[in-house]
Amino acid sequence: MQITEPQVTFETAKKLGLTQDEFDKIKSILGRVPNFTELSIFSVMWSEHCSYKNSITYLKKLPREGKRLLVEAGEENAGLVDIGDGLACAFKIESHNHPSAIEPYQGAATGVGGIHRDIFTMGARPIAALNSLRFGNIDLKHTRHLVKGVVSGIGNYGNCFGVPTVGGEVYFNDCYNQNILVNAMSVGIVKVGETVSAVADGPGNPIFIVGSATGKDGIHGATFASADLTEDSADDLPAVQVGDPFQEKLLLEASLEAIKTGAVVGMQDMGAAGITCSCSEMSAKSGTGMLVDLDKVPTRQANMKPFEILLSESQERMLIIGEKGKEHLLEAVFEKWDLECEIIGEVTDTGHIEFMQNGVRVAHVPSEPLVLGGGAPVYQRAYAEPAYVAELKKFNAASIAVPTDFVATAKQLFAAPNIVSKRWVYEQYDSMVRTNSMSTNKPSDAALVRVKGSEKALAVTTDCNSAYVYADPYVGAMIAVSEAARNIVCSGGEPVAITNCLNFGNPYDTGVYWQFVHALKGMGEACEKFNTPVTGGNVSFYNQSIVKQADGSTTTEPVFPTPTIGMLGILDHFSQQMTMDFKAENDIIYLLGETKEDINCSEYLRTVHQVPFSPAPHFDLAEEFKVQKAVKELIAAKLIQSAHDISEGGLFVTLTESAMVNGFGFRVQTEASIRKDAYLFGENQSRVVVSVTPAQQAAFEAALAKTGINSTKLGEVFGTDIEIDAENYGPIKDWKHSYDHTLANKIEVN
Amino acid sequence: MKFGVVVFPGSNCDDDMIHVLGTVMGQEVVKLWHKEESLPGFASGDCIVLPGGFSYGDYMRAGAIARFSPIMNAVIEFANQGGFVWGICNGFQILCEAGLLPGALLRNQHQKFICKNVFLKTQTNNSPITAELSLDQALKIPIAHAEGRFHADEATLQSLQDNDQILFKYCHADGTIDAAANPNGSARDIAGICNAKRNVFGMMPHPERAAEATLGNQDGKGLFTSLLNTVAAEMIG
Repeated sequence: MQITEPQVTFETAKKLGLTQDEFDKIKSILGRVPNFTELSIFSVMWSEHCSYKNSITYLKKLPREGKRLLVEAGEENAGLVDIGDGLACAFKIESHNHPSAIEPYQGAATGVGGIHRDIFTMGARPIAALNSLRFGNIDLKHTRHLVKGVVSGIGNYGNCFGVPTVGGEVYFNDCYNQNILVNAMSVGIVKVGETVSAVADGPGNPIFIVGSATGKDGIHGATFASADLTEDSADDLPAVQVGDPFQEKLLLEASLEAIKTGAVVGMQDMGAAGITCSCSEMSAKSGTGMLVDLDKVPTRQANMKPFEILLSESQERMLIIGEKGKEHLLEAVFEKWDLECEIIGEVTDTGHIEFMQNGVRVAHVPSEPLVLGGGAPVYQRAYAEPAYVAELKKFNAASIAVPTDFVATAKQLFAAPNIVSKRWVYEQYDSMVRTNSMSTNKPSDAALVRVKGSEKALAVTTDCNSAYVYADPYVGAMIAVSEAARNIVCSGGEPVAITNCLNFGNPYDTGVYWQFVHALKGMGEACEKFNTPVTGGNVSFYNQSIVKQADGSTTTEPVFPTPTIGMLGILDHFSQQMTMDFKAENDIIYLLGETKEDINCSEYLRTVHQVPFSPAPHFDLAEEFKVQKAVKELIAAKLIQSAHDISEGGLFVTLTESAMVNGFGFRVQTEASIRKDAYLFGENQSRVVVSVTPAQQAAFEAALAKTGINSTKLGEVFGTDIEIDAENYGPIKDWKHSYDHTLANKIEVN
Repeated sequence: MKFGVVVFPGSNCDDDMIHVLGTVMGQEVVKLWHKEESLPGFASGDCIVLPGGFSYGDYMRAGAIARFSPIMNAVIEFANQGGFVWGICNGFQILCEAGLLPGALLRNQHQKFICKNVFLKTQTNNSPITAELSLDQALKIPIAHAEGRFHADEATLQSLQDNDQILFKYCHADGTIDAAANPNGSARDIAGICNAKRNVFGMMPHPERAAEATLGNQDGKGLFTSLLNTVAAEMIG
């Protein structure tokens, strides 16, 4: 395909996703009409993906300060948290939704590669990865194709790169049928004071491009990510990049070695909008400029146009500002690792980024107006409560008949794709490389990762029940933060900070924007309560699935608002680890927190009664905080043997999951005052199941009484069968078999 | 006893092995860059480890390019002179490609990468890494590979059996060996072997991932202890 550079008019700008106002603003910044290359630079830098123009106002309202934070949110490529002992943790979550919807394998793979680069570009070594995946209806062949592609893309990239995938979540819902969500998180460790910033200080310093050669892949990827997917999106295949994890592994080792030479002034990876984004962000941050000769950029093919080189999103590349006079130190490192390393220009004091090709200046643009926090546009969109909200409030639980056969109902619920083990997925990921994974042999609600060279461990988790957020964005987002914190607390950790991946529909839809505004409000309040500031993350708008209408036409519908929370927790000593499994026969089982008569928004309602929409489950932030505080105290006092929170599927699923790890059964009683389906399958929040030995029961009950929270003695670990209200539900091994194998059977049908 | 861990481009279990040998076992251990052409300072009672990972990305056939790394000539010579060479996962693949061990490692029968705990039954005490292991106990040790299906022609398999060169077979937690316990479809359920001279070992499972109480599993530690004690005893003997 021959691409020529057209004359620039508003029509050109519109095709690149810019509005009339934005086009006018560009002309006034430059004092002239931009050429096509310059227009391309503005279009990607001002795309939603790079500029956060429709979200930044609300992102700034989130709590972003805390005594542990070493960089401010958005200041560097990832958040940086002081974990003590002279160590810091860099962590971030990011979406790669649209590329994965079109080309699942490469889309997911490059999502993993991109987020790891954000971590090691700061000088931190990635030690753990997580991911949050949302797919459509599992019974659709298209969904299974996407699941297989995404999982093998994440697996092959992460496995080869050598960072364990230690946790994550997988959900299925029709709303994601075309527009799946692939959110990848990386967690790295660096010594405090040894980090590298994304700066371009020191006019005269050389600019290196290192890693892979630049090709035509991913051009306008950032713009592509900032528009709705359509049926023609498959034609946008060149906007999807191709990943090379081996190259990334070399780039990781070489980059960390290069930092040790002391010759690195600044470093930023090339992600969305490629060279353009790195050059403008780094120079804007330092108040400098850059002069870059595009002829020096190693390319994969001849005769690439300036805009193609500038916008290419070829993977596994870094921009490094070196110290003048020490070029040879950097070149030696990259030669050792057999990686490309070229000086393509130098830092200037002009405040402009200038690009040359064949001796001609092909673009000349001031950096500051390009970037977020500089002159990039900022919008607040109109919003209004969408009609569905009033509609789903009409749900009346009394209209749902209590089941007569609870064993059959439990079996049906326990086989739901959202409940069953995701073993088929995670066994394709190397979860143990780097030998820090403490949860392999001792499972807990959050993944625990030992930090070598210290006595600490990290507790990490991703959480978001998007059905709750759809039902009530404000409460749903609070629950997402609370559940993440609860998982960390139940694992023995102290929650310290979050990163977020805000997946929403089209922001120009007033209903979507209403979801966005309210979800961020709830998220902010919960983060305040748990003292877990937001360190960074990513916004992904335009997640819309295609819906065929009766007349054959198609429209798009926003996916459920999905503000995924990636939370970091710390265990000051790894021996504080708490696990979720029942440990011994006759241990006594307690429920901490209060069970309500509440089946709202439960997996039970969706799976067993086919009620897709209902209000969010009961939640009270103060109550949640008290329960978590109590669990922390009981763990610290060494008074419990296991802790597992109640989430999707309710109490029944929590008990069964705790029991089946070691093959124990249990016998428990429900309360006659609450309808039994609500008691067993309801999802009212702020509840944790713990077990205690008979020997510690008295001390436990005394300590529990002091916490002032509600609690119930449910029963005991007993035998090898499940027994509820004296009714036998069968051997635990049968439940485990169904739990372990259902997903594989559903996915591998063809 | 001194250990050298070879770092190929794309090795990713090198640090894990160094951690276990150095920090956990308290041994002298050094990293060896694949571009080295000799192994100065290593004598026949020492051990060279080829760690797991994806050497050169393993885009062609696992280990097929790494065997041509400059250091491999030195490793082959070291092995021929009786030095210990231990390949784990990708290291096992490289040893087979380099001809230091018989057979080959093919794509898993189910075609997928798989990472999980499996159980191993030690088949012989006649090797330094298995000398002290129980022949009755099933060891819980993780695997993580896409190409781990050990394959050889029938004559080679029979000679491995006859010469007692099969070190480990996959088994169930209770020690029974059958196809259901075999995670990749390997011939005769083989998980690890040694050469005829019993100084070169290759295995798909990762004992270095099961050597610390903090990680909740120390079943792999016995292989390291066994090697150290056997070599120490030989030195004294």
